[in-house]
Amino acid sequence: MKYTDEFRDREKAKILIKEINKLAATIEIARTRPINIMEVCGGHTHSIFRYGLEGMLPDAIELVHGPGCPVCVLPMGRVDDCVSIAERPEVIFTTFGDAMRVPGSKKSLQQAKADGADVRMVYSPMDALTLARKNPDREVVFFGLGFETTMPSTALTVLQAETDGIENFSVFCNHITIVPTIKAILDSPDLHLDGFLGPGHVSMVIGTAPYEFIACFYKRPMVVAGFEPLDVLQSIWMVLKQIKDGRAEIENQYARIVPEAGNNAALAAVGKVYELREFFEWRGLGSIDHSGVKVRDDYARFDAERKFAIPGVKIADPKSCQCGEVLKGVIKPWQCKVFGIACTPEMPLGALMVSSEGACAAYYQYGGVKKHTAARPDASVAAAS
Amino acid sequence: MNMRPPPPKRVLGGVFIPTVTLAHGGGGKAMKDLIDDVFISAFAGAAPEVLEDQARFDLTMLATHGDRLAFTTDSFVVDPLFFPGGDIGKLAVYGTVNDLAVGGAKPLYLSCAVVIEEGMQVETLRRIALSMAEAVREAGVSIVTGDTKVVQRGACDKIFITTTGIGVIRPGLELGIDHVTPGDAILVNGLLGDHGAAILCARGDMELETSIESDCAALHGLIEVLLAAAPGTRCIRDATRGGVATVLNEIANASGVSIEIDEALTPLREEVRGFCEILGLDPLYLANEGKIVVVVPPEESAAALAALSGHALGQGSSIIGHAVRGEAGRVTMQTVFGGRRIVDMLVGEQLPRIC
Repeated sequence: MKYTDEFRDREKAKILIKEINKLAATIEIARTRPINIMEVCGGHTHSIFRYGLEGMLPDAIELVHGPGCPVCVLPMGRVDDCVSIAERPEVIFTTFGDAMRVPGSKKSLQQAKADGADVRMVYSPMDALTLARKNPDREVVFFGLGFETTMPSTALTVLQAETDGIENFSVFCNHITIVPTIKAILDSPDLHLDGFLGPGHVSMVIGTAPYEFIACFYKRPMVVAGFEPLDVLQSIWMVLKQIKDGRAEIENQYARIVPEAGNNAALAAVGKVYELREFFEWRGLGSIDHSGVKVRDDYARFDAERKFAIPGVKIADPKSCQCGEVLKGVIKPWQCKVFGIACTPEMPLGALMVSSEGACAAYYQYGGVKKHTAARPDASVAAAS
Repeated sequence: MNMRPPPPKRVLGGVFIPTVTLAHGGGGKAMKDLIDDVFISAFAGAAPEVLEDQARFDLTMLATHGDRLAFTTDSFVVDPLFFPGGDIGKLAVYGTVNDLAVGGAKPLYLSCAVVIEEGMQVETLRRIALSMAEAVREAGVSIVTGDTKVVQRGACDKIFITTTGIGVIRPGLELGIDHVTPGDAILVNGLLGDHGAAILCARGDMELETSIESDCAALHGLIEVLLAAAPGTRCIRDATRGGVATVLNEIANASGVSIEIDEALTPLREEVRGFCEILGLDPLYLANEGKIVVVVPPEESAAALAALSGHALGQGSSIIGHAVRGEAGRVTMQTVFGGRRIVDMLVGEQLPRIC
């Protein structure tokens, strides 16, 4: 397959791994502890597991799986709000596929569907708008979810609905923004991160400038990375090179997709429809200032939050869940008390077990072979008891 | 003793309205007419002349094929009913034929029970019945008993078909997913995931235009050739729902072995790969309707591969991996990239990823 196979070349991987090994061996901190590199984005986590990258890297490098899975960081209260909207008889509730299984305090959208709610999986918000056009007597709600990657497409859909005068369409906006969250992670006292792989598709929209503070104030290197396995390896090498050289810069490995200045048309649409919320609740991380967006007053009639009365109740994460610590990279998924015992992909307690981009589900499903072995005994004990 | 006179020639009823109504499920003349017009006429020659409440078999005749009966059942609820490469009728025949064949049985008889949603077009039903009849003829089996029910609109999705099959296993043939030992070779008979991808595309939600067709086919001919070439075959499974990944996990669990496969050796159509890339799906979990996973002892792997590859339904056959000593039930894959990952059972259905 053109434009993908080139980035999955086994021979080139061998050369890169060799270079990474060489470089890691010369880095001072690796003598006392592993070099911790966080991949912020769930797409990277997925690639790392899908291609078995962890097993290829030297022990001196520890990959920390960050908070960049929008499905995973959605708090339970918001899922409850979704369900309450979806269960209204006039509503057709549309969502991306992997949001179907996220547990709310009582049920997921998948369970709500089984109970009779009209929940439909779509592949783009534009599909939801088409549904609204075809069903003028129903209210079609789109579950707006994701970082800056998906934000422009929902914003443009709202603008399209306005142009076409479609009034039975609205967005339940749960879009979040990554930069304040990276800052919150860097401010967290229990963390030792030496560098970041920056989110590729978010950066395609926002460009690389918003990350400058990471280099300037926190003195940590970041490399905006692509999602193919060679992209990830090359980006890891670039982070190591910065550490070795004592530099902290924002570099762009994914230049074939990410323009330094971002995508102005996309940003304009986002700016027109959305504004920052004062704060937004993240599962496992708590409330983070300015980390979410809401629909502007000008477009209030397309805002499901205002169109329908939602419970808006804040639900605390289950006590036994250690999603937050996993998200921040303080512990590894298999070190969580409930991993593979009370929390499995069949019955996810924490959201990280839900989406295939979630670090816990990825470990459970794809497992770094070596590390997974260490995790399995607990699971089998639980199964036997 | 008086000889019974030969039965009078059955006069087939006809249906002259375009849609199926609840009256067609009422057990009276309307139902007989529907069964006659749609099913009996389609299965002409393949259905018995006199319809009793049960099919009757001559045990001596059955015993000429082998020493054990194989018995299986499956329900078919596919949406859409017609898709590139097949339809629900073909699936209902091939699916059950294959479930018999993978146990090493010669498939002989099928039953066919249909649940029809009122309002279905009689023409659509006729198309399905004719397709079943064609599949039955091609597979060399007979439909010997059946049932028709009509339910209210909304009580089922257009049509559900259940087929049950009887086959006979020849003496000495013992296939079992618990028979695999370390060193055994694992083969598939061609490109994976075509059926699953074809169905997802045919639903039209994705608006992806592809030329991917379902691979649905009756595999007993292929399996016969395989078993002749590799008599030591340990087990055969058809990789339907859950795909190859699920079958490998079942085998690894039942036999208490590890299985290692090589991504570079798993045969995939470029279009299916592209389809999976776009939607974030894993082709190893996509359904197949004409693909089997075969495990053979190492000394028979070459013969098995040659036998499969020499058959029309085995084009693209490949040895994708081996059973190895290791943690029981563990399936891993060497990725094209050189890493290794676990291939676990799928929990629910595969859901497309958000980004």
